[in-house]
Amino acid sequence: MTAASLTRAGADPRRLLKALVSQEALLAIAVIGLAIAVGFYNPRFLATRNLSDVLLGNAYIAVAAVGMSMVIISGNIDISVGSLIGVLATVSGTLAVDGAPIIVTWLAPLVVGMLVMALQGAIVAYLRIPAIVVTLGMLSILKGGLISATGGKWITDLPDSFHLADIEIFGLLPMPVFLMILAAFLAAFWMRYSASGRAIYAVGGNAEAARLCGISQPRTIVMVFALHGFFAGIAALLYATQLRVIQSTVPPNLELTIITAAVVGGVSILGGVGTVIGSTLAAVLIAEIASALVFTDVSPYWIRAVQGALILITVIADILRRRRMAGA
Amino acid sequence: MSEIPLPSTVKRVAPWWLIRHETMLAAILLVALIVLGALNNRFLTLDNLLNQGRLTTEVGLIALPMTFIIIAGGIDLSVGSIVGLCAIMLGYSWKNFGFPLPLAICFSLGIGAAAGFFNGLVITKVKVPPLIMTIATLALYRGFAEGISQAHSVRGYPEWFYFIGQSDLIGVPAQLWLLLIAIVVAGIALDRTTFGRTLYAIGNNETAARFSGLAVDRVKLIIYTLSGLMAGLSACVLVSRVTTTRSDMGIGYELDVIAAVVLGGTSIFGGLGTIWGTIVGLAMIQLLKDGLALTGVKGDATIVVIGAVLILSTLVASSLQRRRDGV
Repeated sequence: MTAASLTRAGADPRRLLKALVSQEALLAIAVIGLAIAVGFYNPRFLATRNLSDVLLGNAYIAVAAVGMSMVIISGNIDISVGSLIGVLATVSGTLAVDGAPIIVTWLAPLVVGMLVMALQGAIVAYLRIPAIVVTLGMLSILKGGLISATGGKWITDLPDSFHLADIEIFGLLPMPVFLMILAAFLAAFWMRYSASGRAIYAVGGNAEAARLCGISQPRTIVMVFALHGFFAGIAALLYATQLRVIQSTVPPNLELTIITAAVVGGVSILGGVGTVIGSTLAAVLIAEIASALVFTDVSPYWIRAVQGALILITVIADILRRRRMAGA
Repeated sequence: MSEIPLPSTVKRVAPWWLIRHETMLAAILLVALIVLGALNNRFLTLDNLLNQGRLTTEVGLIALPMTFIIIAGGIDLSVGSIVGLCAIMLGYSWKNFGFPLPLAICFSLGIGAAAGFFNGLVITKVKVPPLIMTIATLALYRGFAEGISQAHSVRGYPEWFYFIGQSDLIGVPAQLWLLLIAIVVAGIALDRTTFGRTLYAIGNNETAARFSGLAVDRVKLIIYTLSGLMAGLSACVLVSRVTTTRSDMGIGYELDVIAAVVLGGTSIFGGLGTIWGTIVGLAMIQLLKDGLALTGVKGDATIVVIGAVLILSTLVASSLQRRRDGV
C-alpha cells in the first residue's frame, strides 16, 4: 500500500511527503534508525542473535496487537487481554502435560480465547455496558482465577512436540515471526477489502451512519471481540511454547504493552482509523526499545515509562493532526 | 452563579431511583453483615469492623474524587499508579534528597496533585478521552515509580510517622478520622455547592453545561487534580500502615475504587451518583473481602469476586436505568 502511494507520489511532491509521514513509514524509519543509532553506541546490539531474540521473544505481542487494533478501531478497548493470554497459555500447557493430542493443545487456546472474548463483546454490544467496565472486571476475574487455580506453580515437563515456536518454516523462518507477518497481512487485507472488515471502520467511525448503511453494530462488535480472542489465542500459544516452562501467572502489564503497540501503530483512539501493519511495526519498535535500554546501560526499569510516554505522544499528535485537518 | 440551570431530569428522577438503589444496597449490606456474622463469630466484632475501616481507608480516600469524576462522565485509571509514584517519592525524597519527613509528605502530595493536574490538563486542553489519557499515565506514572526507585524499597521511618497508619484516636483508627472528614467535605461539596451541581450538569450533557456558561474545563481540571492529590494522601497512609515504600504499591487500586463507586449506584455513563452510595459500595467491597478471607478464601480469589461484582452491578444499574427511561 505504501509502495503504491509512493509510485503515484512521483508526480506530486506533496503526496510523496504525505506517504513518508504515514504512521507505518514513520515507524519503519524509527525501527531502522534506532537500530543504527544503538548499533553505533554498542555494536553488540546489532548481532543477529540479539535482533532475532528481540523479534522471536516479542512476536506474540505483535500478534495480540493485531486483535487489539481491531477492537480499538471499532471504538472499544480491552484491558483483559494480558490476563487472558496468561490463562490460555496455562490451559494449553496443562492439556499438553496431561497428554492431550498436540493439535488439541494448539486449538484449545484459540477456541477458549474466542469464547471468552465473544462473551465480553456480547455484554458490550447487547447489554450496552462500556468495554472498560466489562474488561476491567474480566481482567480481575481471569487474573484471580488463574492464580488461585494454579497457585502460581510453573508447568514443566512439556512434551517436545508441543513447542510450536520452535518450528521453522522451510527450515528458515521461525514460526513466531512467520505467524506475526501472516497475521498482520491477512488481517490488513481482510480489513481493507472485505465488507465485514470495512464494517469495523464504519462502526468505529460513525456508529449511527453505519447503522443506516445496514451494518449491525452489535454483531460487528461481537465479531471483532471474537477475532481479538482468536489472535490472543495465537499469542498465548507463542508465549507458552517459546520457553520450556509456562509460568502459570499473568505476565504483568502485558495488556499495556499490547495497547501501546496498537495505539502507537497509528490506530486512532477515537475509533475508525488505523491499520494492523502499523501496530505490528510498533510492537517491534517497543521490543527494540526495551532491548536498546539494556545495551545502552539504561536501567530496564524505565521501559514502562517509555511505553506510557509513547502512548501519550502518539495520542496527542493524532488528536492535534485531526484538529488541523478539520480546521483546514 | 447561584441559579444553575440544571437539566430537569437530574432534579426529578435522580433522587427517586438513587434513594431506592441506596436503600437496596444498604439492605443487602445489612443482610451480608448478619450472614457473615452468623458464619463466623470473629466477624461481627467492633475490633474487626474498625480494623476493616482501617484497611479500606486507602481505597476510600480515592473513591471520593473518583465519584466526582464518574458523575462528570469521566474516569481515572491512573490512580493506582499515582499511589505507587507518591509512595516512592515520599521515600525517595526523604532518603535521597534528605528532606525532613513532613516536607517529604508535602512533596509527595504535591507530586500526586501534579500527576492528577497533568491528566486533567491534557484531557481538557487537548481533548484526549479520559480513558485513554489515564491508561497512558497508568503506564507512565508506574514507569516513573519503577525507574526512580530502581525497585529498591525504603524503610526505617521515624516512629511518629506510623501514627497515621497504625494507631487509634479515641478508639478509632487514626486514618479513619481522615476518611470521615474527607467524606463529610466531599458529601457537602457534591450536594450543596455550585461545584457539585456542576458535576451532574457536565455528566448529563456536557455541551449543554458549556452553553449554560458553566466552567466545564476548570471543574474537570479540579476533579482530576483532586484525584491525584487524594491518591497521594492515600499513598502516605498506606506507607505509614505498612512501614515501607515499594514501586508496586497501589497496583489494582483502580479496580477496587471503580467497583466501589459503581456498586454505590454512580452511573458509569455519568450524571448520577452520590457520596453516600460510594460509602456503602466501599463498605460492601471491604466486607466482602473480609468475609471471604474469614471463610478461608485466599486473596487472589477475592479479586475474582470483585471483578464479577463490578460487571454485575453495572448490568443491574444500567438495566434499571433503561427500564426507568422506558427504552
